[in-house]
Amino acid sequence: MPKDHGIGASTKRREDVRFLTGTGNYLHDITVHGQAYAVFVRSNVANGRIVSVGSDAATGMPGVLAVFTGADFTAVGGNPAGWLINSRNGEPMREPKRPVLAHGKVRHVGDAYAAVIAASYNEAKDAAQAVADASVIEELPAVVDMAKALADPTNRVHDELPDNQCFDWGWIEDNRARVDAAIKAAPHVTTLELINNRLIPNAMEPRASIGEYFPGTGDYKLTTTSQNPHLTRLLVAAFVMGIPENKLTVVAPDVGGGFGSKIYHYGEEALVLAAAKKLKRAVKWVAERSESFLTDAHGRDHVTRIELACEKDGTFIAFRTETMANVGAYLSNFATVTPTFLHGTLMAGPYKVPNVYVNVKTVFTNTAPVDAYRGAGRPEATYSLERVVDMMCRELGLDPFEVRRKNFITTDMFPYTTPVGLAYDIGNYHATLDKATQLGDVAGFEGRRAASAAKGKLRGLGLSTWIEACGIAPSNLAGILGARVGLYDAATVRVNPTGNVSVFVGAHSHGQSHETVFPQIVADKFGIPESSVEIVHGDTSKIPFGMGSYGSRSLAVCGQAMSNACDKVVAKGRKIAAHMLEVTEADIVFSDGVFTASGTNKSKTFGEIAFSAYVPHNYPLATLEPGLEETAFYDPANFTYPAGTYICEVEVDADTGRVEVASFTCADDFGNVMNPMVVRGQVHGGVVQGIGQALLEHGVYDENGQLLSGSYMDYTMPRADDVPFVTVDHSCATPCTHNTLGVKGCGEAGAIGSPPAVVNAVLDALNRAGHNIAHIDMPLTPSRVWHAMNG
Amino acid sequence: MTKVTMTVNGISQSAETEGRTLLSAYLREGLGLTGTHIGCDTSQCGACVVHVDGVAVKSCSIFAQDVAGSRVTTIEGMANEDGSLGVVQQAFQDHHGLQCGFCTAGMVMTTSALLKGNPRPTEQEVRHGLEGNICRCTGYHNIVKAVLAASGQDAVAMAAE
Ligand code: FES
Ligand code: FES
Repeated sequence: MPKDHGIGASTKRREDVRFLTGTGNYLHDITVHGQAYAVFVRSNVANGRIVSVGSDAATGMPGVLAVFTGADFTAVGGNPAGWLINSRNGEPMREPKRPVLAHGKVRHVGDAYAAVIAASYNEAKDAAQAVADASVIEELPAVVDMAKALADPTNRVHDELPDNQCFDWGWIEDNRARVDAAIKAAPHVTTLELINNRLIPNAMEPRASIGEYFPGTGDYKLTTTSQNPHLTRLLVAAFVMGIPENKLTVVAPDVGGGFGSKIYHYGEEALVLAAAKKLKRAVKWVAERSESFLTDAHGRDHVTRIELACEKDGTFIAFRTETMANVGAYLSNFATVTPTFLHGTLMAGPYKVPNVYVNVKTVFTNTAPVDAYRGAGRPEATYSLERVVDMMCRELGLDPFEVRRKNFITTDMFPYTTPVGLAYDIGNYHATLDKATQLGDVAGFEGRRAASAAKGKLRGLGLSTWIEACGIAPSNLAGILGARVGLYDAATVRVNPTGNVSVFVGAHSHGQSHETVFPQIVADKFGIPESSVEIVHGDTSKIPFGMGSYGSRSLAVCGQAMSNACDKVVAKGRKIAAHMLEVTEADIVFSDGVFTASGTNKSKTFGEIAFSAYVPHNYPLATLEPGLEETAFYDPANFTYPAGTYICEVEVDADTGRVEVASFTCADDFGNVMNPMVVRGQVHGGVVQGIGQALLEHGVYDENGQLLSGSYMDYTMPRADDVPFVTVDHSCATPCTHNTLGVKGCGEAGAIGSPPAVVNAVLDALNRAGHNIAHIDMPLTPSRVWHAMNG
Repeated sequence: MTKVTMTVNGISQSAETEGRTLLSAYLREGLGLTGTHIGCDTSQCGACVVHVDGVAVKSCSIFAQDVAGSRVTTIEGMANEDGSLGVVQQAFQDHHGLQCGFCTAGMVMTTSALLKGNPRPTEQEVRHGLEGNICRCTGYHNIVKAVLAASGQDAVAMAAE
């Protein structure tokens, strides 16, 4: 019988009711009395010198209240990078200032160099157009192609840097000579050059912010589409605006998806605060979708050469990669950690390979900043590995399933330290491979292939065995690796006098279902109904602290903090119960919501204890404070390591090159699962984003730095008729060993594991049909597939 | 500015509008019905779908003045009289057909129009029917299930779960 309550139950989501009835509270929906509107004036050239800004053109236009330019922000700080990465030669990375508004130069199409504030949106928009028309920007040659940007630094994104490189990173540098020697001596080496295509996140709610200033107190309030309000507060207050943190409240209300793009602080947030202060009225900005395309941090954009050295029987000897990673025009907050520690450390995969070396050069270009997007570094690592393994199998005539089995780390090897610095605590990669093989009916493939062939379609099957590191991150380790913040999370569990519970969490839910799932855990901890528990999130004035939601960390880090806070509540409850029942604390047993004096029939319910804590008439006041509220900060001891196997089957139309995903099967190990319905939903969504990357999506800039795929007409989002039902299983669970919930994280898995499964399937279909095609770069559009087949 | 009047969710409403005011802006800003969302500027995402005289329409692609006098239904008008979720809404909750919820109003409005025209659609008909609505969160799996369930079919079996 599936559970109907608490941990492990597929409790239906309480947040759905407001979203299904149109009563959600998204930023776009909020109107603050007297609010004015900001519209940004954005560069339409990729690289340019700002000769003059036509602010005067707006003066006197209807409704116009103010015009801001880069000159207004020269005295405030830049938007910083969150991780300091050093180059192989020990030099620190280059960190050009990222201003609130561009000053002196514009560096990508969409770079804002002015903002107009007006009483209505249409007035602001009209005036912004007038300012744009009156501004003079001298266009310079654009830096777009990474290889060219490195080879010839005559044209530069940042004049003050000697070239366009941010850093040249080696991981692990001490491995290098050994890996080189191993590859040189190996019986077989497969080499693959591939592109991990630039993606544009496209959360369905465009970014938006409202700035408020309260002259009577000097307080500021920023309401914004953020995945992490405390991090945003830190960046805006301490780094950019110089506002004391205690004078700034950041609120992230209902947020319509993030996928990474709403982790970061963007200049628009600082602008609306500065404008609100100057005008003494609220200022609202809502991005149009076109602005989202041009200015949300993009994802991926790696060019990689990977070598796999192995024995003739497919036993891995070494992986070596060289990657150019695009960071765009400015360093977004996580831009430097994404292609390095979230990528290079995963380059051993789930395999017992002794030699791995990773080199990453990051490159400034005149394009939108690139940062973490669902998976962040780990999809890039997985794609490189799973593609090159597949290619090696084809070169040597080996079975891709058997090669994985032969090279997997086995269950007796945990904890297992990889050559790239991670210590996997637990997993069972053979189990998920077997499970997916069975669920995907691999045995029946030949029959399905014959059926496809009868319809004139080429059928192929692709495999991907992925692993990721999530639940970011142990702060001391992150600190050694260059993080400028800690990466714990926090929760306060407040038991109210009548026994119901308010929980204040640092994680932010923008689709993840925390409002439903977190109460399932608290309900089990306290033996109370889920409906007695309320989750409060997204408001720095209410929640204790928190680093927010990204990197599949909400449950594994913040959920664990909440669980620890619950344990503290129970510990205090035992003291109160011992006093009331006149026994020692050691004699108190707590189970199912009841504190019992063991060996007696004397007991107190959770509610009675709560009441007593707030009405402490019969209470150990001399030794115990009244009240029942506990806070826990939790800093994880290690990353968590979800892993799994994905199997994709495709049908290729040989006449048109069109690929149809015929089936997709996932066997994942997420450790313990709190709400199976929610976990399955996360995997469905991630897989379809990965199918999108593999077949449809591509952020394309031309040689002048113009974004060619800047709308839904040109950027192909996966739609309902592009994908099949996805088969999902998470029964092969090996609970995480270093958190008490035994959880790992499931938010990014689908997007990490799926792209290579799709591409491997297409190549399988083509090669089985007699084509000899080693590789096709994503997205595998009909034209690319057709050209691969037809030369 | 002209005064535009229409019946929205059964109630006669009016608001002052400019000629360029879109139906979506009329509903959201004029009437405060913010359940209808704006997800794009090229009429491609479907977050803004409402019913105009019973037909599903992208409210960002039509001027408010052009539907003066019409009967408009938005997501706010989809619950049952007693406030409980309507059949389509309930199916979306039962099958976890939403995550962030931003596309949801458009999905529900498109679905209910779809089912009116085709009360027992196949999976492929549902997928084609939803082709004008983008969801970035769900991968459509549970949305398609919800639509099939709302049509009274065994969605779990059809999704081979
Ligand atoms: S907002 Fe109307 S289709 Fe996107
Ligand atoms: S639920 Fe988030 S876009 Fe559909």
